[in-house]
Amino acid sequence: MPIKTIAGVDLNISEEGYLEDMTQWNEEIAKEIASEIGIELTPKHFEVINYLREKTAAKEALTIRQVGKSGIVDIKGLYVLFPKGPLKFSSKIAGIPKPTSCI
Amino acid sequence: MESKEKKPLEKVCIICAKGNLEDVYATLVMANGAVMEGIETNVFFTFFGLDGITKKTMNNLHTATTGNPAMRMPGGLPFPTMLGGLPGVESAVSGMMRKQMGELDMPPVDEFLEMITAGGGTIYACKLAIDMFKLKKEDLSSEVKDIITIGQFYELCDGDRTQIIFT
Repeated sequence: MPIKTIAGVDLNISEEGYLEDMTQWNEEIAKEIASEIGIELTPKHFEVINYLREKTAAKEALTIRQVGKSGIVDIKGLYVLFPKGPLKFSSKIAGIPKPTSCI
Repeated sequence: MESKEKKPLEKVCIICAKGNLEDVYATLVMANGAVMEGIETNVFFTFFGLDGITKKTMNNLHTATTGNPAMRMPGGLPFPTMLGGLPGVESAVSGMMRKQMGELDMPPVDEFLEMITAGGGTIYACKLAIDMFKLKKEDLSSEVKDIITIGQFYELCDGDRTQIIFT
């Protein structure tokens, strides 16, 4: 398992760059992963990220449809926040595993 | 020397020519999945596939209960073809199937089309089939961008990292 230092913390990450342990995550790590992808995080991004983290902690499978119905942002807005990877990039930044959902 | 450079897909053009529940959903899942991966996506509905984007039919698609050897009863026993032919059976089975899909968070067709266009995917209808079935633009989902010819469709399929998928 590769180890990568992000925001001064040594983290276990998957081959594809997802955090292996979501409890190691903090907002500074999120910002650094986001800037690697080319996204600058706003409070709205963090609302989505925190929602994804809550759902993952509750062991719920994530879909963009769910996020769209969360009341935080609609699906179109989600694509604006995380272009070309509404679930993939948001999950990576949120420090949760790669999404396994097909929808 | 063999090149190890990855060449990710940049564009998919998906054709849906059948109007069964499973054929339309295969198209929608693949299209939405591509959009979510950041792949440019064009979807072309033609012939009976037009049912998937026609307002009147799109949320009430059926699966075939006759001539479908993979059809099973709940519990896994084979589904008798004679039973599948009785009035109302296809409707009931299709309704059950849509319900099960809903439980897996698969959206109804109209919402699925919205999800695809929300992410930048584009939906087209085939001009020849529209003329043949005597449909008009206003009969179609508002997510349909345009009615185009097959030639125009091929023009949309340019680029050397483009794939055409026929579901």
